[in-house]
Amino acid sequence: MKALHDFVEGKIKPNFEEGAKLHKLWPVYDGLYTFLFVPGHTAHSGAHVRDGIDLKRTMNTVITALIPCLLFGMWNVGYHHYNALGMDVTFFDQFLFGAIKVLPMVIVSYGVGLGIEFFFCVIKGHQIEEGYLVTGMLIPLIMPVDLPLWMLALSVVFAVVIGKEVFGGTGMNIFNPALLARAFAFFAYPTWMSGDKVWINTDVAEGQAVVDGFSGATILGDLATTGATSYSAFEAFLGLIPGSVGETSTLLILAGAGLLIFTGIGSWKIMLSGVLGGATMGIIFNLVAPYALSPEQQAFMAVPFWQQLIFGGFAFGIVFMATDPVSGSQTEKGKWFYGFLIGFLAIMIRVFNPAYPEGIMLAILFMNTMAPLIDHYVVEANIKKRQKRLALKTAGA
Amino acid sequence: MSDVIKIKRGVDINLVGDVEAEFAAPVAVETVAVKPTDFHGVRFKLSVKEGDEVKAGTPLLFNKDDEQMKFTSPVSGEVAQVVRGAKRRILEVRVLADKKNTFEDFGAADPVSLEREAIVEKIAASGCWAFFKQRPYNVVAQTSKTPKAIFISGFDSAPLAPDLGMLLEGNEKEFQTGINALAKLTSGQVHLGLNASKPVGRVLSSVKGVKVSKYDGPHPAGLVGVHIAQNDPIDKGDVVWTINPEHVVIIGRLFLEGKFDARINIALTGSEVNDRKYHSTILGAAVKNFVDGNTSDKTNRIISGNVLTGTKVDIDGYLGMYDRQITVIPEGLEPEMFGWLIPKPDKFSISRALPSWFQRQIGNPEYELDTNLHGERRAFVVTGQYEEVFPFDIYPVQLIKAIMTQDIERMENLGIYEVVEEDFALCEVVCTSKIPVQETVRKGLDLMKEEVG
Repeated sequence: MKALHDFVEGKIKPNFEEGAKLHKLWPVYDGLYTFLFVPGHTAHSGAHVRDGIDLKRTMNTVITALIPCLLFGMWNVGYHHYNALGMDVTFFDQFLFGAIKVLPMVIVSYGVGLGIEFFFCVIKGHQIEEGYLVTGMLIPLIMPVDLPLWMLALSVVFAVVIGKEVFGGTGMNIFNPALLARAFAFFAYPTWMSGDKVWINTDVAEGQAVVDGFSGATILGDLATTGATSYSAFEAFLGLIPGSVGETSTLLILAGAGLLIFTGIGSWKIMLSGVLGGATMGIIFNLVAPYALSPEQQAFMAVPFWQQLIFGGFAFGIVFMATDPVSGSQTEKGKWFYGFLIGFLAIMIRVFNPAYPEGIMLAILFMNTMAPLIDHYVVEANIKKRQKRLALKTAGA
Repeated sequence: MSDVIKIKRGVDINLVGDVEAEFAAPVAVETVAVKPTDFHGVRFKLSVKEGDEVKAGTPLLFNKDDEQMKFTSPVSGEVAQVVRGAKRRILEVRVLADKKNTFEDFGAADPVSLEREAIVEKIAASGCWAFFKQRPYNVVAQTSKTPKAIFISGFDSAPLAPDLGMLLEGNEKEFQTGINALAKLTSGQVHLGLNASKPVGRVLSSVKGVKVSKYDGPHPAGLVGVHIAQNDPIDKGDVVWTINPEHVVIIGRLFLEGKFDARINIALTGSEVNDRKYHSTILGAAVKNFVDGNTSDKTNRIISGNVLTGTKVDIDGYLGMYDRQITVIPEGLEPEMFGWLIPKPDKFSISRALPSWFQRQIGNPEYELDTNLHGERRAFVVTGQYEEVFPFDIYPVQLIKAIMTQDIERMENLGIYEVVEEDFALCEVVCTSKIPVQETVRKGLDLMKEEVG
C-alpha cells in the first residue's frame, strides 16, 4: 500500500498540480486518488472524531444490493433467448449469452455517464462526486435488453446533463437520474421500449429459428391487451419472466431490499409504505373489477392485488428508485406519504394507461416533483407548532 | 423527586482513554491565559500592558459595549504577553504566575441579603460574568438582561467526559452560595439537570433552591440545550442563561471570601495520554504542564475540551474557559487504501454498513479514534441521519440548509433560537457528507445576532 501510495503521490500527482500541464484535469486525478485511498484529511473544525461512513461506502452498499439483480438479469436474458429459439443449452451458455448482451450496456452506461461527470467536474473545478456510481448501474437494469447501445448512451447523456448537472450535480437533482434516462428513452424511442419485441433477444444465427407460437410480451403487456398471461405468479416472483434486465426477480430484489434496510441506507419507510400503497390500489381494483368497461380491463383489475406487486418493475422501482434520498422526500414523516403515493399511483397508472402497461416509472417521477411539497407541509407543521407556542406565551404575558 | 426524562435519540461514542477516578499529584501552573476567542459576542479592550503586575481578579480586558464586564486574571503575577492575530485581534493574554497568590478584594457578602444590582456588579467586576452564556446565539450574557431561567447541567455525557462529582468534590458550601446568587439573577428558576442512571455526588444532590430534572439516555442527554428543550423551550424574544456547575462554585467563593479564586478540577483523557487522572488547577492553565512527557510519541492532537466540541490547541496552548478536560487523540493523517470499501472494525459508526454496529450489539467496544474525516466533503445526500442523534423538536437538516442560504425568517421559524453549536456536534460526527455542521450553526447564530439582535 505504501509503495503504491508513494508512486501515486510522487510520480503521478505532480503532473496534475498547480502549474503543471495537466492541472486542469485535477478533479480526474483527485477522483482516482480518492478511489484508491481515503485521504488523510483530518477534522479542522467542530467534532474531532468522525463516523467511518462516507458517500463512497454508502453508494457501494447500494451497488452491492444491485449485484444479485444484475447477475440474475444476465442469466435471464440468455434463458429467454434460448427458450425463444427452442434450444436446450446449459446454464453457463445462458449466462454467457446474457453477459455478452448486458455487459456492454453496463459499460456504455458507466463510460458515458462518468465521462460527462468528469467533464463537468473539470469545467467547474469540482471534486468528482459518487452519485453516478449507483445511477450508472441502475440504468442498464431498467432498460430492455434489445435497446441499441447508442440509444442507451443518448439516454445517459440526457439524464446526466439535463437531470443532474444543470441543477448542480450530485445531491442537487430534482428527479431520479436513472428514471429520467428511462423516461427519455421511452418517449424518444417508444418502439424500442415497449411492445412485445424488445424484452427477449431473438437474434438468430444461421440454422436457428424462433419457435412457433413464441410471444415476447411481458406479463403486463399480456394483461393490458388480452387480460391474461401465460406466466405463473411463482415464475414472476422468481423472475423467470421477460422484462427490463434487472427488474424481473422479486426474490432477489427482496434480498437487495434486505441489505438496504439492514444497513439503513435505503429507507424502510418508503419501501413499506410503497408496498402498502400498491396493495391498497390493487385491492381497490379487485373490488371494482366487475364494473370495468371492457373484459380485458376487468381481467386486469381482477389480478389479485399481491400479484400486482411482483409483476413488472414495481418491486425494483420501490426498492431501488423510490428510496433515492436526493429526489425523494427528506423528512421521516414525509417518507410515509411519499412511498404510499408512489405505490398507489404506480398500480393505478399501470391498469388505466392503455399506451403503456407499467406505471412505476411515471409514478416515481411524478412523486419526485411532489416530494418537496410533502416535505414543505411536514416542516410547516413543526413551524406552526413553534409559532403557536410563542403566541400562547405572548398572550399569557 | 422528579420524573426521569428519557432521551432516546443520541449515541454514546465509547472511546479508549477514560480518566481514572483519582487525583494526580499537584502540577505547578507556570502560566495561564485568558483567551478572548472563548467568548462570543464581546468586543474586547485591553486594560493592562505587558509587564504589568496583576493580582488574581485584576482586570486584563473589559467589554467595550458593557464596561463593567471585566475579564480578570485567574492568578497573581505578571502580564507576560499579549498574543495578537490578524487585524491585531487579541488571541491570548498570558500571565506568568508568581507563587504569592495574592487576590483583589471584592468583599465577602451573603447573596441572599444582596440586591440584584449588587450581585451583578460584584460578579461582573470579579471576572466571573463570562461564565454566563446566553441563548439565543450562544454568547456571553449581557448584564443588562434578565433571563427567564438559568440552566445548569449537572452531568457531562460527552465521550470521555469527567465525572462532575469528582470535579466538584468538597465544594458544597461554595456551590450552594453560588446558586443563591444565581437565584437573584433570573426572573424564573434555576434549573439543574442530573443524571438519572449514575450517582451524582454530594454537591449536586444536596443543593437547595433549584428545580431538578433527571435524564436518562445517551449523549447528548447531558447537554444543557436538551434540558432547556425539555423544560422550557426558548421562543423568539426569550433569554435563557446557562452556566457550568464548576463555575457556580467559583462564584460561590467570590461571595464567601470576596475573591476571584479560579481553582478548578479537570480531567486528563484520551487514548494517547499515559497517566490519565484528575488534576486540580486554575482556569486557563497552560496545557503543557499536564501533557508534556505524558503522551504517546505519535502525531497527536491536543484538545481543550472533549472530542465533540473542544478546541484544538498546540502544546503551548491553554485550557479554554468553559472546558473541563484535556483530551489527546492521534491525528489521522494516514491515507487508507480502499478505506471506503473495506469494513475495518476500528471505525466508529452509527451506520450498519460498517461492523461498528455489530460490535456494539455483542459488547461494549472502546474505540481508539483518530481525527481522520473518513471521507470527503459532499453535498447533502443521505437523509434521516441527523435525526437519529438529535433529540430536539427541530428539523436539523432543514435548519442547516436555511443557515447555508442565509434565510433569516426560515432559520427563525425552524428554531435557531433554541440551539447552539454543541447541540449539533453528533450530527456533525455522523454526517456521511462530512458537512462542517457546528461551524455552520455558529455562522447562523452570528448572522441572526447581527440581523435580529
